[in-house]
Amino acid sequence: MDTIFALSTAPGKAGVAVIRVSGPEAFRAAEAVCGSLPATHKAALRRFRKRDGTLIDEGIVICFPEGNSFTGENVVEFQTHGSQAVVSLLETELSSISGVRHALAGEFTRRALLNDRLDLTQVEALADLIEAETVAQHSQAIETLSGRLADSVVKWREGLLTAMSLVEAMIDFSDEELPPGMTEDIVRRLAELARTFEREIEGSQVAERVRSGFEIAIIGRPNSGKSTLLNHIAGREAAITSEIAGTTRDVIEVRMDLFGLPVTFLDTAGMRETDDPIEAKGVDLAKQRAERADIRIHLVESSDSGDLRIEDGTAFVGQKRDLASYPGFGLSGVTGEGVSDLLHAIHEYLKNSVNSKGSISNERHRRSLVEAKRCILQAAVHIELGEDYVDLAAEELRRAVHELDAVVGKIGVEDVLGKIFATFCMGK
Amino acid sequence: MKHYDVIVVGGGHAGCEAAHAATRMGAITALVTMKRDDLGVMSCNPAIGGLGKGHLVREIDALDGVMGRVADLAGIQFRLLNRRKGPAVQGPRAQIDRSLYKAHMRTEMESLPILDLLEGEVAELLFENSKLVGVGLTDNAAIYGKTVVLTTGTFLGGTVHIGDKRYPAGRMGSKSSIRLAAQIRDLFPRMGRLKTGTPPRLDGKTINWEVLESQPGDDVPTYFSFLTNSTSTEQVSCGITHTNGETHDIIRENLDRSAMYGGHIEGTGPRYCPSIEDKVVRFSDKSSHQVFLEPEGLSTDVVYPNGISTSLPEDVQESYVSTLKGLDNVRIIQPGYAIEYDYCDPTTLSRTLEHRDQEGLFLAGQINGTTGYEEAAAQGLVSGLNAAAKALSKDTVTFLRSDSYIGVMLDDLTTRSVTEPYRMFTSRAEFRLRLRADNADQRLTEFGKLAGCVGEARWTVFAEKKSKLDSAKAIMENKTYSSKELEGFGISVKNDGKKRSTFDLLSFPNIEFPDLLEIQPELSSVEFHVREQIERDAMYANYLVRQERDAEALQRDEQRAIPVDMDYESLSGLSGELRSKLVRVRPASLGQAARIEGMTPAALTLILSVLKRSEAERRA
Repeated sequence: MDTIFALSTAPGKAGVAVIRVSGPEAFRAAEAVCGSLPATHKAALRRFRKRDGTLIDEGIVICFPEGNSFTGENVVEFQTHGSQAVVSLLETELSSISGVRHALAGEFTRRALLNDRLDLTQVEALADLIEAETVAQHSQAIETLSGRLADSVVKWREGLLTAMSLVEAMIDFSDEELPPGMTEDIVRRLAELARTFEREIEGSQVAERVRSGFEIAIIGRPNSGKSTLLNHIAGREAAITSEIAGTTRDVIEVRMDLFGLPVTFLDTAGMRETDDPIEAKGVDLAKQRAERADIRIHLVESSDSGDLRIEDGTAFVGQKRDLASYPGFGLSGVTGEGVSDLLHAIHEYLKNSVNSKGSISNERHRRSLVEAKRCILQAAVHIELGEDYVDLAAEELRRAVHELDAVVGKIGVEDVLGKIFATFCMGK
Repeated sequence: MKHYDVIVVGGGHAGCEAAHAATRMGAITALVTMKRDDLGVMSCNPAIGGLGKGHLVREIDALDGVMGRVADLAGIQFRLLNRRKGPAVQGPRAQIDRSLYKAHMRTEMESLPILDLLEGEVAELLFENSKLVGVGLTDNAAIYGKTVVLTTGTFLGGTVHIGDKRYPAGRMGSKSSIRLAAQIRDLFPRMGRLKTGTPPRLDGKTINWEVLESQPGDDVPTYFSFLTNSTSTEQVSCGITHTNGETHDIIRENLDRSAMYGGHIEGTGPRYCPSIEDKVVRFSDKSSHQVFLEPEGLSTDVVYPNGISTSLPEDVQESYVSTLKGLDNVRIIQPGYAIEYDYCDPTTLSRTLEHRDQEGLFLAGQINGTTGYEEAAAQGLVSGLNAAAKALSKDTVTFLRSDSYIGVMLDDLTTRSVTEPYRMFTSRAEFRLRLRADNADQRLTEFGKLAGCVGEARWTVFAEKKSKLDSAKAIMENKTYSSKELEGFGISVKNDGKKRSTFDLLSFPNIEFPDLLEIQPELSSVEFHVREQIERDAMYANYLVRQERDAEALQRDEQRAIPVDMDYESLSGLSGELRSKLVRVRPASLGQAARIEGMTPAALTLILSVLKRSEAERRA
């Protein structure tokens, strides 16, 4: 196996840059660059030199031995000054050593997986952790990274295998005296499993939102102050994390970190009757997007209600508070009146749903669970039809186990891995 | 001096099937047995078939093997197990007349012109320059041949235990092969010990059948062989009795006198076929166990009480057996005993059952850690076919998990090894809905014909059946009907825009063949047994599409071959345990590697990446 290296911190000027080396030759390569190595797990100051003795930089070296490192191989980390020239010189020096080469995308993580340092769900969680922008995303990734999902799958699989073994006993040991009430026992177990999966699937929608962001659509008639409101939120109240041009000219998306939760505000095209076919199409799209969003802030001309309520994901709030006069709650993107109340209400609403999330957040996992649940319910139907159909029930359960195995990567390794590693960038 | 293509050592179920298969392939074959009279002897229960096991017999038969036909000739009670359940989990089983079975087997074997039946005890394998050249007998005679199939059953280092008495023996009344065992142990150090038990044999004249529940055979018998059309002998019923609290008390009081619980036996016994001592100890909350009283034949009074195998001393057997209902005055003809024997770790074998480290040496049957006549015979078939193929320089004959129970068993044995005597179950087959007893011929007979082991007589029968099936299916799939059209025939299906053939309709649980005649009157000429088979084929159609996909995925992994000399030692990142398993099993493909116990996706990916790299290097 080759020894690989790569810059593990973001490229560009920075205070510190970390270059990681992993593989059987990692220690030898590091010695070539900095002379003697410190004891493993101990940081030490060293001078990094070219082979001709020219000084490249002075920095910290840490060595991790095989079996006790991120990849499971010998690993050395160089912490240099974050200069592009230093990094480039050090990389040139490392690649001149035989058996040492630049890492491919995701190669460090792949080795960690190969060496059983991480399982598949953990690798996926690591990708999420690296991508995490908000506190909620971070804590969700950390949970999975610590193996919570894999533990759950093991537990579900165990329950499924128990039910399956009862069904198989009805088939392979039908000649012997089996305990009475087996059918009821199996049906009860399957129903329980289906309920567990159902809860997880429901929770997964929230978890998926934590991962990819909640959508909040601002809707209302043209000129109701939607863009002004969004601009205000974006400019004053929350940090913009990215601004993506809408898929149509009629929806503008702004991604933000709202007190730790990832949200995307959608500024939609104004809703009005129109004869212009292009505009009508835009309005349609905007409506659809708004319907799918987690929360809709509906700006209305006036409001009677004194407090701000989000019910079933929709809040009606008065528009242009600075210009209009009405008895209820209203806000203004110009003066900022009421905006803070709105954001806190949104946060409160989302936080409640986050508390109900399950262990799965990944679409691949969710699909497997949905299919497993379908199989389990179908198996229960077969079992209840009587012993004529136990063969089909057993087949459904076998399929359900297969789906769970896919989550933790027991089968279809190559396909799943290919997809996962394609999302990784170098050196992580 | 005669030089054989194949020498088969042992005349049990594995040996007979191996010799028969080798001759079908055209190999000049010798079968060496201690007693010519014991060809095909059934040393345990007087029954063949069952769930999984019946599937194996059907597959042997589909490949023109001998077990199914002989069992049909000697069958005295036929029952299709799981008759009420789906066809995929139905298994044919029959009570067998032991002496008829032996007699028919002997006739069958003696009728083979290129088979020599030799009497003698094999003492050793003969080598010249470490090349296997034949076997030596205890009388110093030598038999030379290109390949040797060892089917030594429980004879290898066999020890019989009754209470605290024990003596070396292959089975009751036969010598065991001590010298051969010693040589094999030297050649293959990785051997272990297993045990199996038998119940006492009872005198049927002393059983009070009047008070017992009786279990007759099926009204319409289901045979093993695709060639059998009728029953050959008189049919009988079995009796059913139960153990009770008194029985269990006697056994508990005498546990320390049992060979197994007295600590005389080191071998591992099967969990699914426990001795009565085991049942009483491990399931102490169960107050009664079922016992089947199985007649051993028409011309004998011996009865085999299935469910109370034991290694207790004779006097204890006498006293507990008489506590069972109907057995108050029963006379024991032969006491029950446990037998311990050597087996060879089957992961040392390739999928042809040839030993990986000793070219030309094949092992089949209990020596590979299996139990059961059917498992032994199926292995005999595989080893016989491949020993012959090797001797005659033909292609190997291999089976896959997705094509047969034989393939499932070979893969389990050579990949996962055994920790208890291996027995076939339908739940071992993940492609169970495809691998049915009823379609064994559709799956395997053509394959066997190509391999060279299927004779003309069978081929003619199969070809005729297949052409009838094919033409009926062609009629059915020729035309499709919309849900509206079907409504006109009084059949309501989902109105999903799909057009369905009459074959598709058969996969609906409430539609049977006669319902189709109104739609396609031309189907009325289809014969009854063809209709039945089409119904079974159609029933799982929806599931089979999915299984087909899985089978293809499996095939892809199976086709990714791992070289025999793969260097696992130099693969960094394998745990020590997995590495030693890989070195031991030396999987032939990525698919097989995946099935090694404890295998992780990580390790598989590692192996895959090495394979891909070396492929890339070869291309470069």
